[in-house]
Amino acid sequence: MSKYAPQTGGNKPKQKISGLQSAKERFVKWLNGDFDSAVHIMETDETPYSNRKEIKESVAGIKSDLSSRDDVKRLIERERKSYYRLYSVVAIISAVLLIGVLLFVISYLPRYGKENPETTAVVARYITKGVEETGAVNVVAGMILDYRAFDTLGESHVLFTALVCVMILLRMDKKNRRTQFEDYYTTDLMQFHDISKESIMRCVGMILIPSIFLYGIYVLLNGQNGPGGGFSGGAVMGGGLIIFASAFGFGVTDRFFTRRLSNVITFVSLAFYSFAKGYVFFTGANGLDNHIPKGTPGAILSGGMILPLDIAVGLVVACTMFGFYSLFRRGNIGGD
Amino acid sequence: MDFITNFPLFTIVLSLFSGVLCMMLSGKNARRYTIIYECLLIVLVSCVLWYTWTTNSAFTYVMGEFPAPWGNEIRAGVLEAAIALLFLIVMLCSILAGTHFLLDDIDESKLNLYFTLINLMTAALMAMTWTNDIFTGYVFLEILTLTSCGILIVREIGRTTLAAVRYMILNLMGSGLFLLGVVLLYDVTGNLLMVPMRGRIAVLSQDPNNMMVITMAVGIITIGLSIKSGLFPFHYWMPDTYGWATPASGSILSSLVSKCYIFLLIKIYYRVVGIELFETMPIRYLLLALGMCGIVFGSVSAMRANNINRMVAFSSAAQIGYIYMGIGIGGTAGFTAAIFHIMAHSVTKSQLFLTTPRLADVSGGSLKFSALQGSAIRDKNAGVFFLVGALSMIGIPIFAGFSSKLLFGMAAVENGYTSMIVSVMVVLAISSLLNALYFIRTTIRVYSSSDQTDRHRIRHRAAYNVPMLILTGANLALGLASWVFADLIERGLSMFM
Repeated sequence: MSKYAPQTGGNKPKQKISGLQSAKERFVKWLNGDFDSAVHIMETDETPYSNRKEIKESVAGIKSDLSSRDDVKRLIERERKSYYRLYSVVAIISAVLLIGVLLFVISYLPRYGKENPETTAVVARYITKGVEETGAVNVVAGMILDYRAFDTLGESHVLFTALVCVMILLRMDKKNRRTQFEDYYTTDLMQFHDISKESIMRCVGMILIPSIFLYGIYVLLNGQNGPGGGFSGGAVMGGGLIIFASAFGFGVTDRFFTRRLSNVITFVSLAFYSFAKGYVFFTGANGLDNHIPKGTPGAILSGGMILPLDIAVGLVVACTMFGFYSLFRRGNIGGD
Repeated sequence: MDFITNFPLFTIVLSLFSGVLCMMLSGKNARRYTIIYECLLIVLVSCVLWYTWTTNSAFTYVMGEFPAPWGNEIRAGVLEAAIALLFLIVMLCSILAGTHFLLDDIDESKLNLYFTLINLMTAALMAMTWTNDIFTGYVFLEILTLTSCGILIVREIGRTTLAAVRYMILNLMGSGLFLLGVVLLYDVTGNLLMVPMRGRIAVLSQDPNNMMVITMAVGIITIGLSIKSGLFPFHYWMPDTYGWATPASGSILSSLVSKCYIFLLIKIYYRVVGIELFETMPIRYLLLALGMCGIVFGSVSAMRANNINRMVAFSSAAQIGYIYMGIGIGGTAGFTAAIFHIMAHSVTKSQLFLTTPRLADVSGGSLKFSALQGSAIRDKNAGVFFLVGALSMIGIPIFAGFSSKLLFGMAAVENGYTSMIVSVMVVLAISSLLNALYFIRTTIRVYSSSDQTDRHRIRHRAAYNVPMLILTGANLALGLASWVFADLIERGLSMFM
């Protein structure tokens, strides 16, 4: 067993409070910080290393040492044993309670579809005046990208935030560039799963991928006129990229889809989004004319800012989808 | 309409842009840019505070060309501006003082991603402070949830990942409950903006059936946000989250993120439910009870901890309990005390979380009490800053902690009936005693001499001392001129109406 392996309890001298100890002894122990009865209560096991340097070393050690996996398993098992029963009982009780409360509340809600002029006033305005005010036939697109554009501005950044978090977790850096996981992919997977022999995948991909991309672009560009828009069109295109990469290998996609390109696309799209909407908010709030033509409803160039915003969102979504796939597969977003 | 009214919009949109921009910069440049940008934001928000203070009124700002019930809106009053300013100052101080540890904890190639998250978090904090629309609150609450997990896992040791998973599960549960509550309110009122919603709720509350739905919705929202901010039964994620994160993140998570949720909750009580209606709901007494339990149990857990970071983190649980107790006491005085404590605790806790790793650094890197003996003598500056934080936590006069305890007591006397006054006073006394016990024990330990010679000299760089002095100054200002801040909060609360 490696010296870096986490200790799994038992070998740590634990202070026991017995009746034999006098109050004074216990007080002295508390004063010295020897006694900690809060460990093993829901939070993680008390650390064998409370030292910053030791932690760094141990992380490096655990990564190089596969034998520590058993210890991790044992640690998890021990945690499960002591709290599994209590947790499951409490969880079931609270879940049942929550379900009961929510069902109870639902019975008091206004009936679905029942006309109530007071509560549907806002929606009615979207439906009756939406096309005229936003220039988009698709009222939903008009609502999310024009009436309530601020929420959507936040929502598109939620996706970006998620991408950044996944990048922090999974992207290979100098610290973990050559780990056992990377070796696993470069050797084992390639041997047993040679992509160049995937003829079915390639044949189907040849036919499917162009049509998927065309469909994605169609959905993306028609967000203002029909169901679709940035999020759905981008998701379709991202899916196309993923199929492309799994059929032909990352070697092919890396030729055009590099990390740099992905960063630039994300940056330009989101910056454009922020500033375009910032401009509209600014002019709208100050009572200025924003000089953005609404266009004829139904035409491709209609709905004011909706089309360019949809394109921006779509590109970000496509990059993010493919980025997730690529990060999970091999710890990088694209070729360097 | 004055130009200053545009500033809240700028703080949000520019922060979102800065987040994306930092991804393109190198780590060092991203850090420089973020620091300069935060300074700019402080100037912008100070202007808003000055404007709302001199005109003595709040303004709403239409986001786009569609006015209130159809489009989004943000709103700025004295209180929002003051809270936003406080958040920004603490954020800047945490980044500046935590830089030394950041470079140590984070891989260089990921430093720019850290500042991306910091900027997105700033955007979320700003948006949640300014928002006048309950759904905008939810959207930016999501960003805050994700970024807070991100700045936790960025220190790539196994423990932060484990802590982040637990933190994220609880946080998502909170978000889900919040969303359920919003959906219920939207279903009965048909509005998402706060003011029209309150108008509808005032009408609907006459009918007991609708009142039931409203009470449940507010209850679910309250539970969701109290999970996220760490109220008593949900406070066990705190020690791992705050204790293992890199110091800058620990300070930001404990003093900004959890406070932002509470501020949103207070805003919902005032601007969506209406404070008169809220006072009649039983939720208030639940919050009072849970807050009191949190104070006592948090302090007891802090006493039992043998690691200084865990102790400080558990004392956070107690302080969150104070804030909810203020909400439970109710009335303008109770809410004033709660918001004052948000300010006092943000300033104090960030200071404590930024000094403990420094003390550990001169003690061979250990955070255990036994190793910390004499660490304040080895690193005098950090020792003094820790002392200030500890004294403020105990509630020694001239520090912020004292003023907030005084305000809580006064609020109880003003608003409560006898049993409430007695219980609040008893809890305050017990908690002060417990706080004093464990903080004085720690202070004596870090100041008593030891034979330890591990004292690799730390250069007392201005980058650490200046932000800590700013936090100390803010602490003293809150303590010495508490009536100014209490007056400001009261004025802000009256603008909420």
